[in-house]
Amino acid sequence: MSIANVLLVDDETPFVVTMTKRLLKRDLHTVSAFSGEEALLTLEIDGSIEVVILDVKMPGMDGIEALREIKKRHPLVEVIMLTGHATVDTAIEGMKLGAFDYLTKPCDMDLLVSKVREAAGRKRQIEDRIFGVRLKGIAGKRE
Amino acid sequence: MEPDRETGNHYYRSLTRRMVLIVALVSLTPLFLVSGIILYQFHASYQEKVYDHLSELVQKHTQNIDGFLKEKLADIRFLAETFGFEDLSKESFLRDMLETLQRDYGPVFVDLGVVNTQGLQVSYAGPFKLEKVIYYDADWFKKAMKKRYFISDVFLGIRGFPHFIVAVRDNYKGQHWILRATIDFAAFNNLVENIRIGKTGFAFILNKKGDLQTKPFRGIHANKDFYLDFLRSGRRKEGGMHIFEKRGSTGRKEIYVTTPLKHGEWEMVFQQDVSDAFSKLNRAVNVAIVILVLGAFGIITTALLLSKRMVGRIARADQEKERMNEQVIQSGKLASVGELAAGIAHEINNPVAIMVEEAGWIGDLLEEEEFSQSENLDEFERALQQIRTQGQRCKQITHKLLSFARRTDPRAQDVQVNDLITELVELSAQRAKYAKVTINSHLKEGLPFLQASPSELQQVLLNLINNAIDAMEKTGGILNIGTRLEGANFIIEVSDNGPGIPDADLEKIFDPFFTTKPVGKGTGLGLSICYGIVKKMGGEIEVRSLLGEGTTFRVSIPLPKDKEGQSQA
Repeated sequence: MSIANVLLVDDETPFVVTMTKRLLKRDLHTVSAFSGEEALLTLEIDGSIEVVILDVKMPGMDGIEALREIKKRHPLVEVIMLTGHATVDTAIEGMKLGAFDYLTKPCDMDLLVSKVREAAGRKRQIEDRIFGVRLKGIAGKRE
Repeated sequence: MEPDRETGNHYYRSLTRRMVLIVALVSLTPLFLVSGIILYQFHASYQEKVYDHLSELVQKHTQNIDGFLKEKLADIRFLAETFGFEDLSKESFLRDMLETLQRDYGPVFVDLGVVNTQGLQVSYAGPFKLEKVIYYDADWFKKAMKKRYFISDVFLGIRGFPHFIVAVRDNYKGQHWILRATIDFAAFNNLVENIRIGKTGFAFILNKKGDLQTKPFRGIHANKDFYLDFLRSGRRKEGGMHIFEKRGSTGRKEIYVTTPLKHGEWEMVFQQDVSDAFSKLNRAVNVAIVILVLGAFGIITTALLLSKRMVGRIARADQEKERMNEQVIQSGKLASVGELAAGIAHEINNPVAIMVEEAGWIGDLLEEEEFSQSENLDEFERALQQIRTQGQRCKQITHKLLSFARRTDPRAQDVQVNDLITELVELSAQRAKYAKVTINSHLKEGLPFLQASPSELQQVLLNLINNAIDAMEKTGGILNIGTRLEGANFIIEVSDNGPGIPDADLEKIFDPFFTTKPVGKGTGLGLSICYGIVKKMGGEIEVRSLLGEGTTFRVSIPLPKDKEGQSQA
């Protein structure tokens, strides 16, 4: 079983291709998207995605807008922002909007993987908690 | 810079002149006005005082002389009425009477004589041989016979000395007879001659024909008409007094005070130079003028000094302002350089990230078993490590670039504007791509060089392009940049089809610190800096905007004078 299901979003194709291979090699089940719109579509289709690695600067729907939409439609999905220096402010703004963390390009692979693990862990924790609450609710009704 | 300084100096010089003029005018006008009014008032009241003084004096002396004449007449009357014709026609008695009179009154009475109705001098007492002289045809005798009392004009008569006669008519046995006395001219003359005021004031007596009755202190007008003229005409005050100023034959202005004597038969005339009569006033006026001139000099000197000092301060303040402006432009420059650097940093980071990822991928693959036996494994890993290290180094460099700000060169040189725009469009392409903005350049070919600072021009254009992209960031759009010539002006137009600028904002758009961007996004300095730079180049920057249609900025810069011919040729 993979450590986590990841969606990698960036408009730079070679970056996405290589990064996907590297994440897969580290037991992260990774799918990719090349724009904000595509990312949303993928999330719609694939409900198993736990963590989104999102580039901030993209033509069309940029990272911040995509983040807003993701958090609206899939509040439990964790998002890690990926950014160049010029948009650190934007990344911080992303944090305020509910992103899990942000990393600057080029980033260290081990660091990225550990962030993904943390993000996935948090997601599962929250899910478990919600599941527990629901279970208690059902159990309470039966008694 | 040199001509700039010269026009500046000219401006400050004219400013100094204007200030001096205004201060001097404002201070001197009331000074002269008040001084003039005071002097005029002072002159008027002083003149009145002088006139009053003179008339009083002349009046008093006139009364004196009138009194003298009346007294002499009364003496003779007393003789005639007390002793009668019989006694007085005796020469010894008459001589006694003359002696008595001379003893009592001094040598005023020169002689005495009794004349009968036929004009024969019956008896005579005195120093001349005038016994039995017939006065029948004498002018005075005719007049004396008509009146009870008579005082004649001064005349020479038989004796050949100036004298005048006091006569009293009486009756004896139904026949008129006359007692006459001759008054000493010198004694009478003294009375008038003693009236002396100032250096030039003196008096004399005239009869109705304008003949002198006394010897004047100094030369008077030879022409009798001069006196007759004003004796006959002119308004008179109470008591027949008449005061006026007239220019005499000497050319000097003189005051005349005249008053009638001897029941209007004579006229007492007092004459004085105006300059003498008003000498105190003139002295006061002179002192006032000296003070006024000194005051005016003081005011002008103060105005000059103050204005120079003030203008000096203004000039310093202007220099300060200019320095501040330069600083503002400088900070604006840094801001645009920073934006540029941010763009570059992002651009470089992306490819570097890919390179680092690829290297990482190679590293991942090397960990697999088939490569672990390779003898060059260490070498591969070292190389990959090096790529990662250099990737990090690139990251640091772009990081530094962000905080890097260099002083741009404000010196003017020949600039090919089209090349500059092409460069800027390339630089902005990435930003434009993210904002979904298409940049179209309409650059006319073969345009002349422009004399300008490339970095400043770049700053202006970059600001305009960035603003246009900002305006269309949400909606996307088309950004048009065009260059062309219009007469002797180089025109650069930057237009967008963004939302446009409301009219209310349009007029403030070039004001410093005016911005519609959210707090922290815009400094509000960009366009004001553009405005400052374009103005410095001697050009104009205009904006046209329609809500919903878009905005066009039009920069017009005059071509250098010597290049104009070339561009047209």
